[in-house]
Amino acid sequence: MSQVTVMERTPHIAKPFVASAAPAASDGSRIGFENVSVTYGALTVLHSFTLTVNPGEIVALIGPSGSGKTTALRAVAGFVRPSGGRILIGDRDVTHLAPYDRKIGMVVQNYALFPHMRVEENVAFGLRAHGAAEDVIKKRVPECLAMVGMSTYAKRYPRELSGGQQQRVAIARALAPKPQVLLLDEPLSALDAQIRRSMLDELAKLHRDLPNLTVLYVTHDQSEALTLANHIGIMRDGKLKAFGGSQSLFRHPPNRFAAEFLGRANLLPVTDVQPLDEQMAKVRFGDVTLSARNHHGLARGSDCLVCVRPHDFRFSRASEPNSISGTVLSVQWQGDVHNITFDAGGETVRMTSAPMANPPRIGEIIAVHFDAAEVTLVPEDASHG
Amino acid sequence: MLVWSKPWRIATWAVAVPLFLIIYGLPIGVIVLASFSGQWNDILPSNMTLVHYSKAFRSDSFDALKASLLTGVIASGAALVCGTWAALALRNFKTMPKRVLDLLFFIPSAVPSVSVGLALLVAFSQPPFLLNGTTWIVLIAHFVLISAFTYGNVTAGLARIPVDCEQVAESLGARPFYRLRRVTLPLLLPYLVAAFSLSFALSMGELGATVMIYPPGWVTLPVRIFALSDRGAIFDAATMATILGVGTLIVLAILSKVSNRAAVR
Ligand SMILES: Nc1ncnc2c1ncn2[C@@H]1O[C@H](COP(=O)(O)OP(=O)(O)O)[C@@H](O)[C@H]1O
Ligand SMILES: [Mg+2]
Repeated sequence: MSQVTVMERTPHIAKPFVASAAPAASDGSRIGFENVSVTYGALTVLHSFTLTVNPGEIVALIGPSGSGKTTALRAVAGFVRPSGGRILIGDRDVTHLAPYDRKIGMVVQNYALFPHMRVEENVAFGLRAHGAAEDVIKKRVPECLAMVGMSTYAKRYPRELSGGQQQRVAIARALAPKPQVLLLDEPLSALDAQIRRSMLDELAKLHRDLPNLTVLYVTHDQSEALTLANHIGIMRDGKLKAFGGSQSLFRHPPNRFAAEFLGRANLLPVTDVQPLDEQMAKVRFGDVTLSARNHHGLARGSDCLVCVRPHDFRFSRASEPNSISGTVLSVQWQGDVHNITFDAGGETVRMTSAPMANPPRIGEIIAVHFDAAEVTLVPEDASHG
Repeated sequence: MLVWSKPWRIATWAVAVPLFLIIYGLPIGVIVLASFSGQWNDILPSNMTLVHYSKAFRSDSFDALKASLLTGVIASGAALVCGTWAALALRNFKTMPKRVLDLLFFIPSAVPSVSVGLALLVAFSQPPFLLNGTTWIVLIAHFVLISAFTYGNVTAGLARIPVDCEQVAESLGARPFYRLRRVTLPLLLPYLVAAFSLSFALSMGELGATVMIYPPGWVTLPVRIFALSDRGAIFDAATMATILGVGTLIVLAILSKVSNRAAVR
């Protein structure tokens, strides 16, 4: 998952948000949403949704529950009919194609293995449905089971497998007919934390082995998205609120929602942006002056937010630049980190630090600073839509 | 149980078990006993005999058993096919057409079976639908009476099988018929067996409509039992009732075994 770690300068685009990443050289199929709208009765759950997943890329769609992630994925699969717009797979317009003609692989949260078939028959299903010859099936099924490390379970029934094993079989089943596009809808959220972690590693490895596979990965878990995806789309209320390279989006969120949803950033209200050069700007936070990256090119004199991740704060000894002080509200030890909240000029700020022998006490005044290059100015979006 | 203290629990059982035995067990016991008796003047029958059974498997009684089994199997089979087909076809309708058909299917099970019998008799007594006096009219009556249950059972089953499985099948390239054959129907199998069992049992015991319409050549067991008891041949009637009960139970037991095998997988 390391090919797209180059930082991209995602320009700050006024709504409607249009997402597209630089095309990668590869011979897989892309997935394209072009102004796709989906309505259920009077309820519009996808508003003119536009997004491209380039060939061989993993794009994660994240967002709170009910934001329309599943709907978007099922529109690609063909189980939701858009009321407007087009859906493309490769160069084919599949908007009006039946699901069985779309040649996609799909993995859902609850695995949905066929309970009445053995593991090998589950994996063979797609091949048989396409009328593959018996000798092709005999070769391909063990291949796919080996790919997910389930070779020894070929003769089992799904109910005889653990959740993680079932999910592996579901992935093998989806990949058996060699789809160019794989859709994953919260594939790990039914698994417990430890297995989720190792499945995540395996998914990453699987994609290294199948570099042409185009993957749309729906999740509400930002760490899954950050681990796996080249690009991340953040959804809210059926709209794409932000889209960008995973790192870039994390470091330079384009709006408040993206900053809060991805990585629970602190957003301190600041005033009077004074650009220093191409990159940096000075702002005022109460009576202190802070500097930060002006990644989105905010205009001189405007008000905005400064996005500081909890781990970006360091305790200050002397008066260092970019230093703020506040009253400690809570201190919580979590084994490998200390979580501290403090009040700075009326704002509750979260920070994490390496575990300390003598953590600050509640009510104590502390001074902290951050590296100006690590924090970004984020426009304050007036609209909440 | 909601009763916690031990003496009370014993007392509750002491009342419940005899009550259960009297209400459910006594009638069945009496019928079975009667089927073996030559005479019953005292509190218990005397002259125990198998003669009613040997008669049952020779005379027209045996034809009645055959007629009942055939009617049960054919009507239930047809109802299963049609009910399943209707349930599948109407599955995706949520609104008017489904409501109307739900109602249509529901009517025969709500109307007394005698009325259904009479209605069929009137409807099929003149050309072009002259079925009166044929085996067909019995089969049709049974079909009408039980198809509502099959439809209801299969619809309930369809609502409970995982939609995800079918959609994944489709995304794997399964066309509708292939998906139906390899995913939907296998997942539905326990419900299909239950539907068939229920309608078979209903058909085996059906009297109200059959008695209005049966032709001389197709006397079902319940009609035969009714006729025998009407004539005062109580022991023979009891024998036939026992055979009816045991026969139905055997078929249901076999079906439930099939259904369990399917459900385990
Ligand atoms: N079949 C449906 N009928 C009506 N509303 C639906 C249906 N499916 C989803 N919705 C609505 O669409 C919205 C988006 O749902 P979904 O795409 O499942 O969200 P997510 O996957 O992001 O949690 C929700 O408000 C949900 O209630
Ligand atoms: Mg969802």
